[in-house]
Amino acid sequence: MAKKNMLFLAIVVILAVIPILMNKGAEFGGSDGQAEEAIGEIHPDYQPWFESLWEPPSGEIESLLFALQAAIGTGFIAFFFGYFIGKKKGEEQTDR
Amino acid sequence: MLGYKKVGILIVLCSVFLLAPPHAFAMHIMEGFLPANWAIFWMVLSLPFIVFGIRKIKRLAGEHMNIKMLLGLCGAFAFVLSSLKLPSVTGSCSHPTGVGLAAVLFGPAVSCVMALIVLLFQALLLAHGGLTTLGANVFSMGIAGPVVAYAVYKLMNRSGFSTGASVFAAAALSDLVTYIVTSLQLGLAFPAAEGGVIVSIIKFMGIFAVTQIPLALSEGFLTVIIFNLLLAYNKNDIKELGVLGGRI
Repeated sequence: MAKKNMLFLAIVVILAVIPILMNKGAEFGGSDGQAEEAIGEIHPDYQPWFESLWEPPSGEIESLLFALQAAIGTGFIAFFFGYFIGKKKGEEQTDR
Repeated sequence: MLGYKKVGILIVLCSVFLLAPPHAFAMHIMEGFLPANWAIFWMVLSLPFIVFGIRKIKRLAGEHMNIKMLLGLCGAFAFVLSSLKLPSVTGSCSHPTGVGLAAVLFGPAVSCVMALIVLLFQALLLAHGGLTTLGANVFSMGIAGPVVAYAVYKLMNRSGFSTGASVFAAAALSDLVTYIVTSLQLGLAFPAAEGGVIVSIIKFMGIFAVTQIPLALSEGFLTVIIFNLLLAYNKNDIKELGVLGGRI
């Protein structure tokens, strides 16, 4: 199982690296901007009628919050498997 | 060996990939970018799923500690995956949804609550998605995608595919369907002056493209990794949820 998982993880990394190598010089901007443009082409006079209540003041703060989001999730996943792997090992030991 | 039935199922499922959008348009529709009537329409449509989902989570969480932990894991997984902005072959970025895992383990009602939590976090703190478009985004990411994930998983699992293959297809297709539905929502709200809704949907979605596929595949692989770990350490809990119908 561990070998298979490492292989899958390697594939995910490759899938992320290939686009960067394929498109040298591309912007790799967010997709939201493209949708905004497309709406502008179809309905040039459309005005967004509601603004975000709060926006991260800079790209740095935004990446801080994205990192926080990933950290919260990863933290719990690590706790989860640490707990159950330890629990299984403990049960195996008491069985003996 | 693959039987005729299995091959048939695979062909039908693979054909969904042909619908993948050419450009990675918005994963989530931006704040204020759906006209008010459509914003309300999608909110009303999503609301019953959310109410049902919260009730289901309350019931599940009361069962026992391990199930509660599994619910937490599904939420955490969606949190991580939707924070990963991955580069796509067209030179722009988008992110997976991460709700396929919850859909396979607990069903679409539960995953729609997970999606709601992630979307609220991103709308309030990251100006990504929005409050007015929350209903539409919950529908695409939390309901449409997961319903497909759940159906694909059950269908493949009962037809004799391995659990790994079924989970992979469920998560990858759920990712793609979320994109397709987002394009439908934008197309419906912004019909083109010439040609109307259909032309717009095609504009937002495209027909022959392959852009979203690497992202969907990544989501599939990552979900299988977590599922393999669950099979190794939480098999009894997963059995209890009735997830493992066919062979493992």
